[in-house]
Amino acid sequence: MSYEDWFREDRLPHIYCAGCGNGTVINCTLAAIDQMGWKKEETVFVSGIGCSSRAPGYILTDSLHTTHGRALAFATGVKMANPNLNVVVFTGDGDLAAIGGNHFIHACRRNIDLTVVCMNNQIYGMTGGQGSPTTPRGRLSSTTPYGSAETPFDLCELAIAAGANYVSRWTSYHVRELEKAVKAGLETPGFSFIEALVQCPTAFGRRNKFRQVMDQVEYLKVHSLLVAKRDRMIEKGEPIPEDMYVVGELTRRNRPAMGVKP
Amino acid sequence: MTRTEFWQGNTACAEGALAAGCSFFGGYPITPSTEIAEHMAAQLPKKGGVFIQMEDEIASMASIIGASWTGARAMTATSGPGFSLMMENIGFAAMTETPCVVVNVQRGGPSTGQPTMSAQGDMMQVRFGSHGDYAIIALCPATVQEMYELTAKAFNLADKYRVPVFLMADETVGHMREKIIIPDKVERVERKPLVPGTLPFKADADLIPGFAQFGKGHHVHVTGLTHDERGYPCTTNPKVHGTLVRRLVDKIEHARDEMADYDIINPGAEQVFVAYGGPVRTVQQVMHDTKDKNTGFLRIRTVWPFPEKALAQFKNARIFLVPEMNLGQIAREIERHVKVPVQSIPKLGGELHTPAELVAALEAER
Repeated sequence: MSYEDWFREDRLPHIYCAGCGNGTVINCTLAAIDQMGWKKEETVFVSGIGCSSRAPGYILTDSLHTTHGRALAFATGVKMANPNLNVVVFTGDGDLAAIGGNHFIHACRRNIDLTVVCMNNQIYGMTGGQGSPTTPRGRLSSTTPYGSAETPFDLCELAIAAGANYVSRWTSYHVRELEKAVKAGLETPGFSFIEALVQCPTAFGRRNKFRQVMDQVEYLKVHSLLVAKRDRMIEKGEPIPEDMYVVGELTRRNRPAMGVKP
Repeated sequence: MTRTEFWQGNTACAEGALAAGCSFFGGYPITPSTEIAEHMAAQLPKKGGVFIQMEDEIASMASIIGASWTGARAMTATSGPGFSLMMENIGFAAMTETPCVVVNVQRGGPSTGQPTMSAQGDMMQVRFGSHGDYAIIALCPATVQEMYELTAKAFNLADKYRVPVFLMADETVGHMREKIIIPDKVERVERKPLVPGTLPFKADADLIPGFAQFGKGHHVHVTGLTHDERGYPCTTNPKVHGTLVRRLVDKIEHARDEMADYDIINPGAEQVFVAYGGPVRTVQQVMHDTKDKNTGFLRIRTVWPFPEKALAQFKNARIFLVPEMNLGQIAREIERHVKVPVQSIPKLGGELHTPAELVAALEAER
């Protein structure tokens, strides 16, 4: 088997824009799942609403494409009712951190045995480019026409503070690292959260002077700060630039979890 | 062996669910329904089931839908404010044809209103509260016995018709304590499974598709988007949307007579009370006191779909009198079905009608 065997070919072509980063994240996730040796009939994908949440519709397993923000609450029902199922949630920054923020922190707190992959494009892509809770300060969107005046969420710090067992962040540039992080998340009992910063040329890049798809990927690459390097900078008392994204494994621990396969 | 207990309505509801094989309860505390969650929290783990207190009612409703797709009989219980929060996911359950049971022990509204007082103000919300066209089933218990029996029945209807089924209780019945006879076992109707090789949302002649339970290798895609018979999103084809929504409504509406559950007293009467839930008790008292053959009584248990044919059985009816703990929500539904006057007897404030109030209404229309 390869990750390609997990695709629902009769759903193609997909709805994603040319240059979208979501496909990269889906491939990495399926590659990780394929390495786990999971069977399709014991794997369920759950999602909410948004570009990222369309992903389960392209995967040949049981899948639940739910209401906006509520994927984790639905997934909690699936996993608690049948812990033998492997449950993976695809979500986005708007779905998870805005309308679904409460479910996010409570799923982390319960440390329920789910793997959550968040495609963070820092914008509402499906509805045409409105500001989200992760839109950086100053960035332009259709609802922040003068630049976002709000401070964005750090989703990983939120997950760590709320109690998740495994937390990693990478970008759509870091394909190998992302795949490994998802696999580590799948292997970890309890709540695993993998944030993947992705380019969105149509809704984000277009408004924020990323002329080419790769310009935004390049931006994400050069603004990634490895967690080890960040730690060395802190040791030396160097300031961490505000526009850097700390990438790497941010937490791996063994807090009591719920819904773990018996 | 049957046994006799002296129970609160909410306890009977929880026990009815357990007897029906409910194995998943996702809930959030809210007066006056909380005793149901508390009872399930105590009893479900002993039976190998799952109780989970979710972070809000939105999540409660979501969790039971998720659990249902794994094959579990799943339930939640709430009251007005929580019921309002559940509306979006109730529509999702209707659209995705997810069997589940929602108990609403009604209290005074709107808003926070009267948390500890009785009302029937959510009877239209339960029918039409989520956006778009759809149909649901709503049952109204008037006794502790019915809190048990109709809860068990709700699971059967949910599984048979693949629809959210609502037990629309009220604070009066939920907190009332009275004698209840527990049967040996309750009848159980199973979900019709999907025949392998058939499409997961292609309905049979009964307009109901087979259920593609998660974990059985069906690889079913379940979405709240308008979907075709494969379950795949198909959101801009007018024919697909029209066909799907009409089927969701028709599968319930066509079974209206089949699931109609009501009692009739004095079908030859000219003045006829129609009641459901708590007000049934007051009408029963009036019927007992007056012993007048010219006063009829239609007692309804399935309020949605409304059992309209029951009204036609009162061939001499000159007027229908409808006591409700709201401003006439079901009285208006009755008006749609009869040619004679319908007199709403509304009662707000959280208390049942007194027998004297109903007798006065009866005499005023004589």
